[in-house]
Formats: sequence, C-alpha cells, structure tokens
Amino acid sequence: MTSEYSIVYGRTVSEHALRLVPLSFQIPHHTVHPVHIDLFIPCFVDQMTPGVGLAVTRVLERLGHTVEFRPAQTCCGQPSFNSGYWDEARSVAIRALDVFEGAQAVVGPSGSCVAMMRVFYPQLLAGTPHETRALDLASKTFEFSEFLVEKLGVTDVGARFPHSVTYHDGCHGLRELRIQQAPRQLLRAVKDLELIECDEAESCCGFGGLFSVKFPMISTAMAEVKGGSLARTECEYIVSSDPTCQLQLDGWFSKKKMKPRTIHLAEVLAGGDA
Amino acid sequence: MSVHDATTKAALPAEAKNQFLHDAAEHVRDIDHRSFVRKALGGYYVTRDSQKAKYRDWEHARDAAALAKWSAVNRLDELLPLFVTNFEAGGGIVHFARDAQEARTIIVDLVRASNAKAIIKSKCMTTEEIHLNDALEKEGYVVVESDLGEFIQQLRGEPPYHFVFPCMHVRRGEISDLFQKHLGTEPTQSPEELTMIARRYMRQLYVDADVGITGANFLVAETGQISITENEGNARLTAALPRVHIALSGIEKVVASLADLAVLLPMLATAGTGQPMTCYNTLYSGPQKNDEPDGPREMHLVLLDNARTAILADPEQRDSLHCIRCGACLNVCPIFKNVGGFTYGTTYQGPIGSVITPHLRGLSDWNHLSSASSLCGACTDACPVRIDIHHHLLHNRRNAVRASPKRLEHIGHQLFAFVAARPWLFAAGGKLFRWSLGFLKKIRPPLLRQWLETRDLPPAPPKSFRQLWKERS
Repeated sequence: MTSEYSIVYGRTVSEHALRLVPLSFQIPHHTVHPVHIDLFIPCFVDQMTPGVGLAVTRVLERLGHTVEFRPAQTCCGQPSFNSGYWDEARSVAIRALDVFEGAQAVVGPSGSCVAMMRVFYPQLLAGTPHETRALDLASKTFEFSEFLVEKLGVTDVGARFPHSVTYHDGCHGLRELRIQQAPRQLLRAVKDLELIECDEAESCCGFGGLFSVKFPMISTAMAEVKGGSLARTECEYIVSSDPTCQLQLDGWFSKKKMKPRTIHLAEVLAGGDA
Repeated sequence: MSVHDATTKAALPAEAKNQFLHDAAEHVRDIDHRSFVRKALGGYYVTRDSQKAKYRDWEHARDAAALAKWSAVNRLDELLPLFVTNFEAGGGIVHFARDAQEARTIIVDLVRASNAKAIIKSKCMTTEEIHLNDALEKEGYVVVESDLGEFIQQLRGEPPYHFVFPCMHVRRGEISDLFQKHLGTEPTQSPEELTMIARRYMRQLYVDADVGITGANFLVAETGQISITENEGNARLTAALPRVHIALSGIEKVVASLADLAVLLPMLATAGTGQPMTCYNTLYSGPQKNDEPDGPREMHLVLLDNARTAILADPEQRDSLHCIRCGACLNVCPIFKNVGGFTYGTTYQGPIGSVITPHLRGLSDWNHLSSASSLCGACTDACPVRIDIHHHLLHNRRNAVRASPKRLEHIGHQLFAFVAARPWLFAAGGKLFRWSLGFLKKIRPPLLRQWLETRDLPPAPPKSFRQLWKERS
C-alpha cells in the first residue's frame, strides 16, 4: 500500500542533514518543502459536512502547504460499485481520473472514499485503457491522517483540544488502507487531549452505505454494539476519520438520547491555540 | 430430521430472501441471545490471540497456508487422481458424486449393501450440505450423531447453528433439560457431567453400529490418506469400530503433502477454536489389513463435486475453495453475531457461506446474503488461508446485477452516474436535497424511512463545501 512518491514528499538534502542535528535545534516541521495538495471532497462531505473540508484545508495550510479544490469533482462512485452496478461506477471513476489529472497529491477526509480510489479503481478499471491512470491516481491518493503522518512526517500539528476522546476506526481505513496508528499518533500529540480506547475499537459501526437502509435492522444492531462500546468509555467526543460512520453513530446516539457526539479528526486538529 | 429446516428453505428458494429479512429482524430484537453469543465468543478471542502470539509470524504462516491450498486447488487435476490412486492402493474404494443427489444415492446404496441396521456418524458439514441424514432416515435407518454438539442439535431437531460450534447458542440448562427429556437423565449444571451422559449413551452405539460415517478435513495426495481433526475422539471410534467406514469429502480438500498438512492443521486449530492443535488428528490409510487386529473391513470415500468445479472455473473466486472450514470468519463477523446462525438458512453460515452458497444453490436466490454485509472486512483479516472473502461479496453483487439487473435500481444508478458526470447538476441536486431534507424527513420516503426508524438525521447545512470554497477565494 505504500507508494513511492518520495520526490514530492521526501525531505530535501538539507532536511535530511537536519535529522542528524539534536532535536532541540531542529526547525519546526512547517518549514518542510511545501506540497501542492488537491482536496478530494467526498460528495457527503460536500453536501452535509462542509466543515470537515474546511478543517482539512486549515490544517494543511497551517503546515505551509498549498491546497486546491477542483470544483469539477463530484462523487467517487462507491454507492454504485458496492451495489454491483460496476458499469455505472466505472463511468464515474473514469471521470474522477480526468478531474484529478496531473495532481501531485490527492487528499481526502474519508477512509472509505479514499479506499474506493486507491483499492477499487484499479480493480474496476483493470483491463481497460484507463488501468494505468487508475494505478497512478491510486498511488497518489491519501487519507488525511495517513498523509500527515506517513507522507508529511508530521504528528504534532499544533492543535489543542481540552477534552477526553475515543477513536472509532472506520473499516475501510482500517482494513483496506491499513491505517490504524496514524490518527492515534496525531491525537496523542494534541495538547490537553486525553485518548481512551474502547473495547470494540475494530468493530464496524454498521453503516456500510446502502446496507444501512437495505438491512436497517442489522445495521442498527451493529450501531448498538459499537455505539455502546464507544459510550462506555464515557468520553466527551468520539473521533472518526469517516463522516459516514459519524452519520451512523450520531444518528443512533441522538435517537437513543445518549450524550456522546462524534467529531472528525480534521476538526480536532484544526482547533488550537498554537 | 436435523436438517429439516434447511431442506424446507432449499425447496422454496424464492422465499430465501424474505425468510432472511424476517429472521434477521426477529433475531436482532433478542438482546439476550445476541449478548449470549457475543459472550461465548469473548473467550475465543482471548485464546485465539494467545495462540497466534506463539507463531513466530502469524501473517507469514497465513501466507504459507494460503500457498499450500492455492497450489493444491490450482493443481487439482493432477493431485486428485494422485490421491485416488494412492488411496485405492491402501485398499479403500473411491466413489465420485457430481451432486448432492448422486452422493446420497451412493451412500444409501453402500449402507444397504452392508446390511446395516445402526449407523453412527461424526461431525461432517458436507453431509449437512447433501442432507444425508434425511435421506438415510427416509430409508428407515437410524443415524446417531456422535459429536456432542451435533448430537445436541440432532435431539433439538435443528441444523447446526455454526459450522464449527453447532450448539453454541444453547445454554447448559437447556442441554440438561434436553438430556432429561430424551435420555431420562438427572438434571445437572456441570459441563463435565453432561459430557459424561452423552459419552455413556454413545459407547454402546459405537459397538452396535454397522456403518460409521465421517467427513474429511484434508486428503493427502502423496500418501493417499484422509486427515480427520476432532476434539472428542468420537470420529476415531466412528471410523474404527463399525465394519464399514464411509467418508464424504468435497474434492477441494486435497492437499499435496504431509508437509502442507503440518502447516494447515495448527492453522485450522488456532484460527477456528484458539487451540494450538485440535485434540485428535488422525490419518486414515485404508481398511483393516490381513495382519492387523482391528479396523473397518471396508472403507469407502465419496468425493463430492456439487458446484466445486464451477467455482474452480471462476478464477476470481477460485480461492474460496481454499476454505478449511475453520469458522474464524463467523467468529469475527458482526453480521453473524447479530443475526445468528439460523437466519442464513444455509449449510455454511457467516461470510464464507454468503460467498459460496450462491454457487451451491443459485445466485439469484441467494445473492441477498452478499448484500447483507457492511463490507467491514473482518472476515478476510481472520481467514487463515487468505480467502478474499469480503471482496467476493462485491463480486457476487456484481454478478447478480449482470445476470439480472433490478429495473428500478438500475435506473437509479444510471441517474446517479448521469448526475455525477455533471458538476453543475450535482451541485444543484445537492442544493435541492439539502433544501428539502426537512420536508423529506416528514414525509419519510422509502430508504429514508428505513434510516429514520432507528436513527436521526442531522439538519442539512445551508451551504455546500463547493459554495464555501468559492466564497473563500
């Protein structure tokens, strides 16, 4: 899953040399060679949680990078793909390849939608003339937390969040992209934040896209299990990297009149006094 | 009798989906049952993890196990005949069955030819797949399951709940009541005592039985041996004491060598039950030889195809033939844990069952199992032989659409693709959706209604990200 874009994200020679200098003499991370980042704003974020997109922008810009949003983007095609309508999904995917043509790095605040681009586009377009482009896009598309930690080498973004939180792993991020430590490393570096793990950290919240409305009883039963586990930590916030997991968990908590609320990792990292 | 339920469902396949939806809705309301199953599996997670930790590298072991099965499945044309030659050299007789019907006929004929009166059986999911007990009972034979879990399920008149832990949903008290009713024993809460009751009841049956029926975990090609794995010792007695031993196995159980078996046996135990090794691992080489004091006089092996060659012909899903039936994917599956084993209405429950049942019984009637998944992927991570389980659910969904798209759904996705290709339309549609969400929540159209029954929806924000971005720059 690791891709070789070290020219873009790697350090310059002088920065490599800096690694030999004692930590206390090092220059803060925001002097890292600036990267031009293309935002991948999933359709759900665009329409329902635009604040998440702005938070991502704020964090990346604060680190000294330039951020662009290409308004031609719409949706990654996952709803059709997961429903078995691959022809329709394919046409959406090919369009996304056109939209992100020439991008240096594409960063999105959703493990699920990034997994669609990185893992499933190459499968969906295998054997078509678009296969190479799909692999190319896959190699430079990143989920927000993994981009910060794995590609920019940053864990402390200078945020402050004086609350207790627990982290909810989204399944696509966890198992398709193998992201588990990056969001936790970022959270641990946040000032005044207390991170408490729940006993079902790796369990699915039950969203699963159209699954949540085609099989609402199973989906809700899964929300009960995961939501219950998250609530038992008695944290003030549940941090997630997937806005649609948040939709499921918040929807269930709200219906049950339970206290905890979710917040996107980018929104936690965007807050601060540093 | 034990598979009566499943037979009924197979006979009315068009109702399989409705049955599933109905049973799932019923089951999720049974909070006690769900937490009981969850608690039962809690112990498994702990022992499994402690056993996995004893491997120098569990992931590497998975690679080795997957490779062993991959190479066997991809060389089946060569290894299956080799196994048959070696097995027959040991004195066993091989029968090939194309489907369930043929397998039933072969076994019933063998039983008849042996003038059997009593039949004892050890645990074998393939016999459940072909509904063997029903067929034998119809012919007037009495079949007794000797595996404790299967025996309990047989007395309850239910198919297995989980293909490795057949009665994991049954409480101790219920077992005591069951034994009291059927065997006339005193009530007890002690698991040891309950086991002893079954053991005492079973001992004479092994001696009296004329035919012993078993399954097979692996067929070792290089030696022509059948490998059977069990925890109770009942399969050894079933195979060794009666005059005739009949084993039933799918053709995909072939492995090349004993070296491969040495990888697969501990993986099966660790992934399936959290044991370092299953208690009894036996290799059967053939019937009693002239210089041997005991053993069955005849040994038959029925090799079953039943759609396995069709899976073999599909390169995309061929790896589902790697399955060693350890049950690890069920144990970690949030769907299984919340809807329970019976809801599936299949021989093989859980994620792997959802993958292969459409091949065994038809995609159009059983694709709903592939849709009933959030695609969380816990199954694929748990699989000791690296079957790409959750992606195969996606493949089944695609194949079902290819075979017969649902008209309305198809139009919906075409419309979606049309809108997604036009940013202005997408933005306008989004705006309309946000603007009307409050109203939609009131009139609750389908899909939205399913959501709102158990979950709230937040209010829509006044502006989309693309609007905010435009204003920002």
